[in-house]
Amino acid sequence: MSDRVDLLLALADDELILGWRNSEWTGIAPFLEEDVAFSSIAQNEIGHARALYELAARELGTDADALAFDRPLEEYRSSPLVELRRLEWARTIVRHWLYETADAIRLEALMGSDDREIAGIAAKIDREEVYHRIHAEMWIDRLLASDDARSRVDEALEELWPYALGVLDDDLRPELVRRAEAKVGRALPEVEPVSRGQHEAELADLLVEMTMVRRSAPAGARW
Amino acid sequence: MALVFEVFRRERSGAPMQHAGSIAAPDERFAEIYAREQYGRRGESEALWLVPRGAIDEIAEFVDEFDLKYRRVDGYSIKERLKEARAAAENATRLRDAFSAGDQNP
Repeated sequence: MSDRVDLLLALADDELILGWRNSEWTGIAPFLEEDVAFSSIAQNEIGHARALYELAARELGTDADALAFDRPLEEYRSSPLVELRRLEWARTIVRHWLYETADAIRLEALMGSDDREIAGIAAKIDREEVYHRIHAEMWIDRLLASDDARSRVDEALEELWPYALGVLDDDLRPELVRRAEAKVGRALPEVEPVSRGQHEAELADLLVEMTMVRRSAPAGARW
Repeated sequence: MALVFEVFRRERSGAPMQHAGSIAAPDERFAEIYAREQYGRRGESEALWLVPRGAIDEIAEFVDEFDLKYRRVDGYSIKERLKEARAAAENATRLRDAFSAGDQNP
């Protein structure tokens, strides 16, 4: 597998799995407006995944659905951060903010790529991610503004920070540290990143659920 | 959930702003994102206006003690008069046709 395909799959898998995880809030988010907004963000992420899978599929001679649904668990390139099942709002928001912050750094680097297709798709994705970032930041600012909520953010950060570092390659990590510390207004611990290449146990259940329709109708489900 | 915003949307350039609905949000930042997602994510709006409900002056009481019907567009009923005019026109046509057919006392 080329480095290019590996990069595209890492990005696509992150977006697909996070989109799936965020969509687990559909219908049960804290209030109606947030439910609509968070579900819409989840759909956007899955849309990004599709575009990225299509690029990779062209190189591999397959299609986007096959890449999204037919690979064995070990071949998924998603980072453990997006695999965690966090059905608790403060953790969900902290994960969302950490991911969007890391993703912005990654997209900025890709937009400067010599590969024009990669640079182009990164720019296109980034134009939608702008609103995801606004959403993530307004939430994190709001949570940091009250003592009770801030302590929940701190707890979530304690757990998720090593995972967030694992989203990015070594060279981009210092920028994530800089931006995250600037937001929370304190130093974050130097920890070993939970890096791509390993998977959370929860990913197995997610894949079973996510591929259910695909497995029941391999020729393509119709509604 | 402190604030309610009334949302107006414009479907296409040149069209009037029309009331789309309302959203509840803790502050303006949240309101902007929520309005975008609820009234713009399907490309159905070209522009949105967000108006804090408190900024709206509502007038909901109208006095018409002297029944000044003539000031209303529906003040004159022309339905009956139209009916009469149509009947008269029909009658005139019938008489003309009868005369031209040679009937002296139709």
